[in-house]
Amino acid sequence: MTYSYYPGCTLKTKAKELDRSARLCAEALGANLRELDNWQCCGGAYTASSDEIATKLSSVRALLEAESREEDIITLCSACHNVLKRVRNDLTNDANFAFKVNNYVKPEKPFEGKTKVIHFLEFLRDEIGFDNLREKVVNPFTGKKIAAYYGCLLLRPSGVMDMDDPENPKILEDFIRAIGGEPVMYPYRNECCGGYVALEDKSATVKKSEKIVASADGFGADIIITACPLCLYNLESAKGESEVKYFTELLAVALGIKEA
Amino acid sequence: MDLKEQVLIMSGVDVRKCMACGKCSGACPSYNEMDYHPHQFVSMVKKGNIEPLMKSESVYKCLTCYACIERCPRGVEPAKLIEAIRLLAVRPQGSNHIKADDIPSLLDPELPQQAIVTAFRKYSK
Ligand code: SF4
Ligand code: SF4
Ligand code: SF4
Ligand code: SF4
Repeated sequence: MTYSYYPGCTLKTKAKELDRSARLCAEALGANLRELDNWQCCGGAYTASSDEIATKLSSVRALLEAESREEDIITLCSACHNVLKRVRNDLTNDANFAFKVNNYVKPEKPFEGKTKVIHFLEFLRDEIGFDNLREKVVNPFTGKKIAAYYGCLLLRPSGVMDMDDPENPKILEDFIRAIGGEPVMYPYRNECCGGYVALEDKSATVKKSEKIVASADGFGADIIITACPLCLYNLESAKGESEVKYFTELLAVALGIKEA
Repeated sequence: MDLKEQVLIMSGVDVRKCMACGKCSGACPSYNEMDYHPHQFVSMVKKGNIEPLMKSESVYKCLTCYACIERCPRGVEPAKLIEAIRLLAVRPQGSNHIKADDIPSLLDPELPQQAIVTAFRKYSK
């Protein structure tokens, strides 16, 4: 199993642990993640306007490089995943967009849609399988109450992201069960933490994140897990009782790669 | 072409589908920080009343979390109107909501790069 890997800029800086633990886990699960050679920052946000072309070109280039390698792309950061997957959707479903983009990029071969964008969680569910994953666990999180935090970008818009039911998702809870933990259900798991507004108005993002963390804490969570560096930052800023971790950090512990 | 037509083309939204139920605003995590709320974007665009929305703080408070889109019973997609109006507000020369020089004073050393690139994408051209 070989995949093209799009780490994104935050995984090279503030979220090195997300990158490192995911690579080690993939290796332990028999998958080869080959980083794209010339990836550029996706910009962190997909701009939903029919006349926006330039801001999507870095994603287009990543898709073209992966398709020329005949590989799917694996992503980790929720934001990168959202941007790449939505640009892929435009490229394959919007002929006008594809035409304009090709005018800029002049690809040797236009994007055909063979390359898919797969989030690491989908890789675990659909390529490895949670049942197989469970068998590889050597340090289960027995008795640990773990709250899944989806945030928004993994799930919405659901028609394009197509990862899970946007209002009642379960992929992270199934992951938690696979590593031996007990999922905590709480109402704020798919509400936004405030995202990038943290730059300009931190009190607004802290307020939103406090609601989320207080809800998870109230339902007895020991740990909150996320896939997104900005979710992690915002939830940590709320200073709740639970620790906030990347899901891959727990996976690395469960697989015996990393000390608990 | 007028501003309303421009917003409709950019967003691809059909404002006539709205039944004014207010569910989008009920779902919005930024409701309290907004002067105009998601359902008002829909009704004001319908009336062609775009300029007050362009000047509104709401366009910088929307998180693009898409809760309003996911939960609208009529498939109206209010966040796409907000995005189009924000673009109309920041695209003209000198209209950036955040400038590169503003960033250092806002920086918290732990803030992930993702927040900075995203805010830039949202707030400037
Ligand atoms: S969006 Fe960039 S490349 Fe994508 S967000 Fe993740 S860190 Fe960056
Ligand atoms: S940072 Fe907030 S905006 Fe990003 S995915 Fe996380 S929940 Fe959504
Ligand atoms: S939820 Fe949809 S139908 Fe209801 S007010 Fe908002 S846009 Fe209109
Ligand atoms: S996308 Fe914007 S307007 Fe819609 S619910 Fe989220 S913050 Fe509110």
